[in-house]
Amino acid sequence: MSNNSQLSGRKFIIGGFFCLIVIIYMCRLFYIQVIDEQYKLASNNNAFRRSTEYPVRGYIFDRNGKLLVQNSPSYDLMVIPRETKGCDTIGLCEVLEITKEEYLKRMKKACQAPNSPRKESVFEKQMSAKTYAILQEKIYRFKGFFPQKRTVRQYPKPIAAHLLGYVNEVTKEKAEKDPYYREGDYIGITGIERSYEEQLRGKKGTQISITDVHNKIIGRYMNGALDTAAIPGKPLYCTIDMDLQEYGEKLMHGKKGAVVAIEPSTGEILAMISSPVYDPNLLVGGKERSKNYTVLERDTLLPLFNRALIAMYPPGSIFKLLDALIAQNDGVVDKSTVFPCAMGYPPMGGKPKCHKHGGAKDLIGSVAASCNSYYSYVFCRIVDQRKYPKFIDGYNHWRETVMTFGPGTHLGTDLPYDKPGNVPSAPYYDKVFGKNGWRSNTIVSLGIGQAELLLVPLQMANVVATISNRGFYYTPHCIKGVGNQKYLDKKFKEKHFVAVQKQEAYDNVIEGMARAMEPGGTAVASRLKDIVVCGKTGTAQNPHGQSHAVFLAFAPRDNPKIAIACIIENAGFGGVWSAPVVTLMIEKYLKGKTARPEIEKRILDADLINGKNLLSTGFH
Amino acid sequence: MARNENSIFYGVDRITILTYALLVVLGWLNIYAAVYNEDHQNIFDTTQKYGKQLIWISGAVVIAFGILLIDANFYTVFAYGFYVFFLTANILVIWLGREVKGSKSWFRFGDFGIQPAEFMKFATNLVLAKFLSNRTIIVNQVFRLRLKDLIKNYKNTLIALLFICVPIVIIKKLQNETGLAIVFIAFVIVLYREGLSVTFLIFGLLAAILFVVSLVVTSLPTLLITLAIIAAGSFLFVGRNRKNLIVVIIVYACSAGVVLGTNYVYNHLEPHQKVRIDVLLGRGNVNLKKEGYNVNQAKIAIGSGGFWGKGYLQGTQTKYDFVPEQDTDFIFCTVGEEWGFFGSTGVIFLELFLILRIIFLSERQRSDFSRIYGYGVAAVLFFHLAVNIGMTIGLMPVIGIPLPFFSYGGSSLWAFTILLFIFIKLDSNRLLILR
Repeated sequence: MSNNSQLSGRKFIIGGFFCLIVIIYMCRLFYIQVIDEQYKLASNNNAFRRSTEYPVRGYIFDRNGKLLVQNSPSYDLMVIPRETKGCDTIGLCEVLEITKEEYLKRMKKACQAPNSPRKESVFEKQMSAKTYAILQEKIYRFKGFFPQKRTVRQYPKPIAAHLLGYVNEVTKEKAEKDPYYREGDYIGITGIERSYEEQLRGKKGTQISITDVHNKIIGRYMNGALDTAAIPGKPLYCTIDMDLQEYGEKLMHGKKGAVVAIEPSTGEILAMISSPVYDPNLLVGGKERSKNYTVLERDTLLPLFNRALIAMYPPGSIFKLLDALIAQNDGVVDKSTVFPCAMGYPPMGGKPKCHKHGGAKDLIGSVAASCNSYYSYVFCRIVDQRKYPKFIDGYNHWRETVMTFGPGTHLGTDLPYDKPGNVPSAPYYDKVFGKNGWRSNTIVSLGIGQAELLLVPLQMANVVATISNRGFYYTPHCIKGVGNQKYLDKKFKEKHFVAVQKQEAYDNVIEGMARAMEPGGTAVASRLKDIVVCGKTGTAQNPHGQSHAVFLAFAPRDNPKIAIACIIENAGFGGVWSAPVVTLMIEKYLKGKTARPEIEKRILDADLINGKNLLSTGFH
Repeated sequence: MARNENSIFYGVDRITILTYALLVVLGWLNIYAAVYNEDHQNIFDTTQKYGKQLIWISGAVVIAFGILLIDANFYTVFAYGFYVFFLTANILVIWLGREVKGSKSWFRFGDFGIQPAEFMKFATNLVLAKFLSNRTIIVNQVFRLRLKDLIKNYKNTLIALLFICVPIVIIKKLQNETGLAIVFIAFVIVLYREGLSVTFLIFGLLAAILFVVSLVVTSLPTLLITLAIIAAGSFLFVGRNRKNLIVVIIVYACSAGVVLGTNYVYNHLEPHQKVRIDVLLGRGNVNLKKEGYNVNQAKIAIGSGGFWGKGYLQGTQTKYDFVPEQDTDFIFCTVGEEWGFFGSTGVIFLELFLILRIIFLSERQRSDFSRIYGYGVAAVLFFHLAVNIGMTIGLMPVIGIPLPFFSYGGSSLWAFTILLFIFIKLDSNRLLILR
């Protein structure tokens, strides 16, 4: 007891210590409850789950309102692993055609983060209709599994795969960069699906649900007052003529190459064929899709490759049209100019070689007969004209004039990934031949569309469209309407005038093109009785074997409705293979059907890929 | 009623009882909120925890009455008996009890369970009060260090510590209930009140600080050099004689020992305990989805309450089970979320008020036994309060002990009730006898 009095002061220390701890706790509480905002935000993330309602992707129609792309329902098989007790596992494996190991593997994945045994996750993506039908019958036996509806693309006709492109899951990088996408979302990867992604995708809807800690949905937040409905994607109206496209693909079957048809008065792309083609329905769906994609990707004929936009070919003789136009425009050649031909270009000892076409030609005759010697002279005249005392300036003048027609530039269509082709620059030749080490004769084969000159098929079509318009073009494009309004980007309404504006020059060249389809011309075999077609053949030499068969044309001669270019790889002469394809398509477009079934049959039956039917005829 | 000396309420401190009752009722309402789900809205539904808690509360009331009915002498006379009885129960539970989450500390009776370790607290408190009430632990100044003197001086302290340590060892080592075991450290406060030298507490505190510091500062040499500089520096301030030099060297050696021992101790902790320390100190990469989940969710729940709270039964974190163990050890989250800063400080104040009231009452006892017992009650309650709330707001590692009178659980409620009401009984007799 005696000690108690001396120790009783310690009650203040103990009490004070208790109070001190409580004060510290209160400060801490004040900080996390009143000052710090982060916990309030975190609590919102915790308890509410935003689930996404996916919109239906927009339909795509052709120029006549026929359906090119639609959607079909597809079902993902979802699973909540915790609820699968008593599930007929063996039965499910049989339906899905998977092994037990695969089942266990997927189940494990569904249980691991970011998935959870209590949360639904995808077990099988985009089941086939057959699988779904079987599954639906037995679904009561598969506890914890349920199908979830989504939509996938469907193509009523298996055409225009390259132009339309395909959709697939968004890449991780894209999903991180673009806040619209989340991993697992779908996005247009190529073609129209890519370039019109924003219009096609629509707008996702959200549903805000209240969840518990296991992410199990307990109810709708505020009874759905803040939910938004998904807005379906807008339909697109394509400039493609579905019948023409389908016909062109049939004609190009068994051939490697491309066809591009443009309506000259608008720049609308009527058909864009890249062959070999694939059925776009192959790249739809889950398991099937990836299998098919692998097969297509490994195909040595490169069916996934859109040749119409990205395959760069030497243009060959069709390029003579541009030389003829430029030379007349510069006044270095006129209608009556005649150049000799000695089965080749005399100044260079008969190189480039020419073919037998019955003596020296004037301008119109040279277009119709496609004289190599003539255009070697023409090229030199353009490059070496007096106006440009320096040779380099003459060359640059030629090059820049050519480029106003499109070659060597990105045309700027509404399709992704177009290649510019190549019109070699002066510095390039300086490097190859040394400075001042080259002259017009050194590079004279440019004049006949050879050497380093490369064009993509779309540019060839644009050149012929420009000629048919006599000096201007609209940027080729493939969409003319979005939703219910007429939609056209300003850039597609703008006339692009090329550097050749002398109308007489066009008159002469067009006359030559018309004569090419007449006796003595290179494409007489493809002559049409009731339509005046203006065409030009090309037989482009290339390092990959046989020459590429090239042909371009527009029709009718007056008030042209269609301008079209065709290239068939390693097929030989343009007049033999490409001219029939082009003229058949012109007939199809203008008349609805061909009057020359025997030619149609020859083309349809031709399998040039496997080397059959390689006839050699005398036309160039 | 209070005038009648035969009434069981004669001399009883009503303020304490009212505070107790208020805490129990508030606790029950918060358990209802924590467990609340729309399928079981009846607060008396005994299939739900709030219904069960009502049964526990009824039991507690019966126990409280029972304690007040029994003569106070019963507790003083049978102090050792209680201690031995509950110690035995705590050992027997290892074989007879059922294992729950890796610890063997529960006797099960159907749906209900009893944890004898909870009752060890008041038994230990009784035995300490009994032992210390006619002995002293005050140490006289010694001038020569002789083993005989040392033993004579520290004999009582050591025995008192033994009474504290035996239950710690049994509960921690045999039952594997770290949280329940660690509570017994609170009795050091009683020893301090009864004369334990401050030096020991300071050394204990320093050791604790060093332990934390050496976990945070990972570079061992830096730490040892810093300590050496502090030791050398401190030597300059004390009288520069040999004795002080020896003291400084011993202190330094001990500190270095703590620092070096920290890693050993840390590495021998169980994985979940390591993680809890890591979470508290922010060591390494704490994954908020895994090991840091509990504390983070607790902080989110409390932090989202704001000043006034979201309102009763309106807490989204609480209602949808984001915080594990929310009805028991993390009950404070419910208070924090639904009642905000206002409510949570209110609860802390109420608990603190009760504790300070007990200290106040203890100091007015004539009997040493009652005073020591009272301090034991205050110390145990405070320890629970500080650790429980500290862990929910991220100031303490997660140690699973309940918030007194608040958390769901029969054993803890009953044990706290017994602990408190024995003191109320003792206090009511303060004028009658001098023990």
